[in-house]
Amino acid sequence: MVLPSSHSRAGAVADLRYSILSLVAQSFRGNTAWRPVWREPEPKPAYDVVIVGGGGHGLSTAYYLAKEHGIGSIAVVEKSWIGSGNVGRNTTVIRSNYLDHANIPFYEWSLKLWEGLEQDINYNAMVSQRGVLMLYHSDAQRDALARRGNAMRLNGVDAELLDRDAVRRLVPILDFDNARFPIHGGLLQPRGGTVRHDAVAWGYARAADSRGVDIIQNCEVTGITVENGRAVAVETTRGKLHARKIGLACAGNSSRVAALAGLRLPIESHVLQAYVSEGIKPLVPNVITFGAGHFYISQSDKGGLIFGGDIDGYNSYAQRGSTPMIEDVMEGGVSLIPTLSRLRMLRSWGGIMDMSMDGSPIIDKTPIEGLYLNAGWCIGGFKATPAAGWCFAHTIARDAPHELNAAFRLDRFAAGHLIDERGAGAQPNLQ
Amino acid sequence: MRIPCPYCGERGNAEYAYLGDAGVSRPQTPLGAALEGATLDAWMNYVYLRDNPAGAHRELWYHASGCRAWLIVTRNVSTHEILNVEAANGAIRDGRVGAL
Repeated sequence: MVLPSSHSRAGAVADLRYSILSLVAQSFRGNTAWRPVWREPEPKPAYDVVIVGGGGHGLSTAYYLAKEHGIGSIAVVEKSWIGSGNVGRNTTVIRSNYLDHANIPFYEWSLKLWEGLEQDINYNAMVSQRGVLMLYHSDAQRDALARRGNAMRLNGVDAELLDRDAVRRLVPILDFDNARFPIHGGLLQPRGGTVRHDAVAWGYARAADSRGVDIIQNCEVTGITVENGRAVAVETTRGKLHARKIGLACAGNSSRVAALAGLRLPIESHVLQAYVSEGIKPLVPNVITFGAGHFYISQSDKGGLIFGGDIDGYNSYAQRGSTPMIEDVMEGGVSLIPTLSRLRMLRSWGGIMDMSMDGSPIIDKTPIEGLYLNAGWCIGGFKATPAAGWCFAHTIARDAPHELNAAFRLDRFAAGHLIDERGAGAQPNLQ
Repeated sequence: MRIPCPYCGERGNAEYAYLGDAGVSRPQTPLGAALEGATLDAWMNYVYLRDNPAGAHRELWYHASGCRAWLIVTRNVSTHEILNVEAANGAIRDGRVGAL
């Protein structure tokens, strides 16, 4: 089998670089000259690398494979349209306020990539470093957050432990004297914030396409061909694509796609809901997480309050949740910010989380040669988008993990090297 | 989502607690046996690995705020439709479920 290792950029759509001049020039033409920013190529019979999954992680992986590793022929296959999954279903928060030594450098690298992303891909993703504030409500919680803050600072991450007055100056609307959960202070990461999530998918798609990556939409993978222990092709609804290497970045559908190659993963798919209120004037200046319940909130530039909480807690592929969790999240919100009770909730939606059994991700090779896995992001995959793609690209191109994702192994469950950030994932039978 | 309990009738899912896949069985390993080879695989299967299907899924629910019975619910996890509910104790007695 002969595989093409080079490719032509013929047919590339838009080398147009966005700038203030391009905006002015377009406006003088009545905004009639804008062109599609990525191609709609027909799938070729063979590629160097095929990435399954056209979400944030898949698209960023393709981008960094092309940019950092010079791989010429890459396809991203997506069963629906790009960005139709979790990259458009999250609450847009970015942060690196982790505690575990395996996680801090990885998420900090992600935050550093976020900080340079818009210049790198020439796309306005509205990266807003408005700060992420984790509240504490007791002396014990203060000690835990002080420890977390120190762990972050030892790894070169910004962290400030705020007392009650400092939090009050920052966010006066909180219920500081709640009888059960008085706010004693918070741990602030000023560099954390939010990003416009759709723009992340589109920006990476455009940047990957301009480097020759074929983005193939409406192309569902129906089979993975394994010959002599090596994955050699993906069968899709638009034909068979041979590949030297195949990377899976399928989020909530990871188990289903991996099963096509005979793999069984330590993952359960669960539904996580997010919510947005009607648009109001500026109320919440940063990202705030409640320390006494699973609730966090921020405000979009359109004015809607965006908030979320815990997973519903049962297996689901339905992309919609049920009402008890909505009630639970609203209770948490009103406990933290009583004035929320006067707002109307605009809508809610669900995304399917690939809940790994220790609550931490997997970026690794698999027992099948030529098949690579990026999965198990649980409820926190969005903030990892740049670094996950960057590390997954490294793992695929070099056939070995980068130092940053060396702990995110698939075999850590059998080996006992679990990552103890969260303790447990979905439903491990640990009792 | 509402789950029909065989003892209490149809109740909202807030009354129930979830334990997950009813298809995995706890290995019957003798105390002190070395955790390697087939024994390790059996424990991996039980503790961590899941089929995680997108259609019908047999799973254990506990009617915590009701009759406190363990139930085996067969549910389409893509639509949340409940396909079948049976009391778990009968299934345990018959050896059809070993997760508890």
